[in-house]
Amino acid sequence: MAFLWSLAAFIPLDNYGHYIHWGVINISVANFIVVVLMIMTFVAALLLPFPGRNRRKGNQ
Amino acid sequence: MSTTEIERQWTTRLRKRAAGKLPPEKLLPDTQPAYVSSWIYVFGVTTLAALSLVILTGFILSIRGPQWWHSSSIGHFVNSMHLWSVEIFFFAMIVHLWGKFFMAAWRGGRTATWMTGVVTFLASVGAAFTGYVSQTNFDSQWISTQAKDGINATGAGSIFNVLNLGQMLMWHIVLLPLAAVLLTAVHVLLVRIKGVVPPFEEKTGATK
Amino acid sequence: MSTKPFRPDVDAPEYKGKYAPYDIIREGTIAVIVVGLLVVLLATLFGSPDERAITIKTWSNANPIDFATTALGEMNGSTITAQYGGPYNTAAPGQNLGPLKLAQWAGVTIPVNTVRDFVINPLSSVPNDPDLKLALAQWKGANSAQQTSWVSNYSKGAAKMTWSHGLINVPATNVGPVPTIINKLTQMARSGALDQALVTGSGFYTTNYTKPLLFVADGTYLANLAQKQHLLGSQWGMMNETGSYPGQAWLWLYTFWYQVTPFSTSSNADVQVSALMGLLSLLLLLLPLIPGLRSIPRKVKVYRLIWREHYSA
Ligand code: HEM
Repeated sequence: MAFLWSLAAFIPLDNYGHYIHWGVINISVANFIVVVLMIMTFVAALLLPFPGRNRRKGNQ
Repeated sequence: MSTTEIERQWTTRLRKRAAGKLPPEKLLPDTQPAYVSSWIYVFGVTTLAALSLVILTGFILSIRGPQWWHSSSIGHFVNSMHLWSVEIFFFAMIVHLWGKFFMAAWRGGRTATWMTGVVTFLASVGAAFTGYVSQTNFDSQWISTQAKDGINATGAGSIFNVLNLGQMLMWHIVLLPLAAVLLTAVHVLLVRIKGVVPPFEEKTGATK
Repeated sequence: MSTKPFRPDVDAPEYKGKYAPYDIIREGTIAVIVVGLLVVLLATLFGSPDERAITIKTWSNANPIDFATTALGEMNGSTITAQYGGPYNTAAPGQNLGPLKLAQWAGVTIPVNTVRDFVINPLSSVPNDPDLKLALAQWKGANSAQQTSWVSNYSKGAAKMTWSHGLINVPATNVGPVPTIINKLTQMARSGALDQALVTGSGFYTTNYTKPLLFVADGTYLANLAQKQHLLGSQWGMMNETGSYPGQAWLWLYTFWYQVTPFSTSSNADVQVSALMGLLSLLLLLLPLIPGLRSIPRKVKVYRLIWREHYSA
């Protein structure tokens, strides 16, 4: 178990970050990725078909 | 004892009200309206799941105290889980918020559900902030000495001293989590009481 | 039944359609498992940041001149803390929101006197140092006009401050005990004793780091390290985390306002941005009650995607 934990953080992010400057906007790449993922997740949640509706229609 | 006396008891009245508003079938329903069929509905539950992991990992960090994680690799790993569950918590909560906004999910007497959601969001921002300043490392030194100016400028700094570690830790592990959890409980119970908001009515009316 | 007209952004139509099985407990269980696995995965892959705290010891060893300059600033009243105002002292009125002088009205609840708390009291705790004892006696025996004159004479030469053989040197005359005080405080800092003296000033137990944090933040050492980590306010630092970890991205709007006029050039930016964010939070809270805003979702029609099955039924 302890062995597992000592392996923790395969890709530690401790080095100085990278930043995106765009006019007044100044955001770390890490935060940018989080925001983009959030928007992508939201769009995907709107677009992807929700599973089980066929089964459910059959049930009713 | 007369039945009217029993009827008039506070206890009886409370039970009847609770049972009337939230009978077991509403608290734990086994069906949902057919329109509840979109991935957007899972983000409330995902937020709830992330919140429970935030609290669980926070409990583990509490066992050996606020500085354990600096010197123990297990502690550091638990801290990592705490951090990432917080990131997922906010992630899911914000997607949930967007979803509820675009559904106008406050309609039909659900204003209080929306409002408890917003207050939970604000309480969570506070909980995360006090967590950052309770880290006892470089990050907390910097964040607290910066944030003090914003808070002092409003006068709140006269009570809420972000440079007082003990005070911030108490807010982070007692007051704000308690607020977030209680608010979440009210929020979810309100959803159960009101049921899931129906779609907008359109001329081609599918609301039969 | 009420005869009120139906308001589409406030009222919800009554649903008389079908219900379908939906297992919320199973959904919740799956959510906990999926989020749990994701958390373990992210924690294992990336870990979490933990940059060691700096100390006054590391600061004064890395840059004794910055430390001594800051210490002198605490004495001549030029540091951020010395000029702060509420809640620490009355040196400044603090920020105001129009006619509202919130910081001033809140008063001094966490009193900090930089000369006494950061310099004289810590030095007074040092045992067995006759030179220091003499210097402190000279300082305490002088009236405040004399003290001010010593400090300001010393400050005039401070731009030419040098550090050699473990001593701070400043070309200045008529400075009384000030050189001894600055040197002894620097030595105390470099030994680590000042870190301790600042926290234990209020007794054996403490959980309050107000004084050492204020002192450290008055120097440039902390801010220089923060700048390398991209944490300054002007770098949208509020959102950022040390290293390349994601930070408090949800503070984007809060930190955004600081970057644009009128806030970027305002001396009351902190209280103005706080007030604006308070107002915006209130708008979000009251959104269901605000005509116009609450109609946006009906008008933009994203809901048609969410309920597309329902509308196509
Ligand atoms: C700790 C944070 C939160 C948790 C754990 C949480 C949890 C939930 C859950 C489990 C539901 C029911 C399932 C669903 O529709 O997704 C729900 C519904 C709802 N949430 Fe949240 N929520 C949180 C924050 C928020 C926020 C920030 C808002 C908006 C500002 C919000 C607004 C709503 C509304 C309006 C509903 C009713 C949905 C309906 O009737 O269709 N919630 N929430």
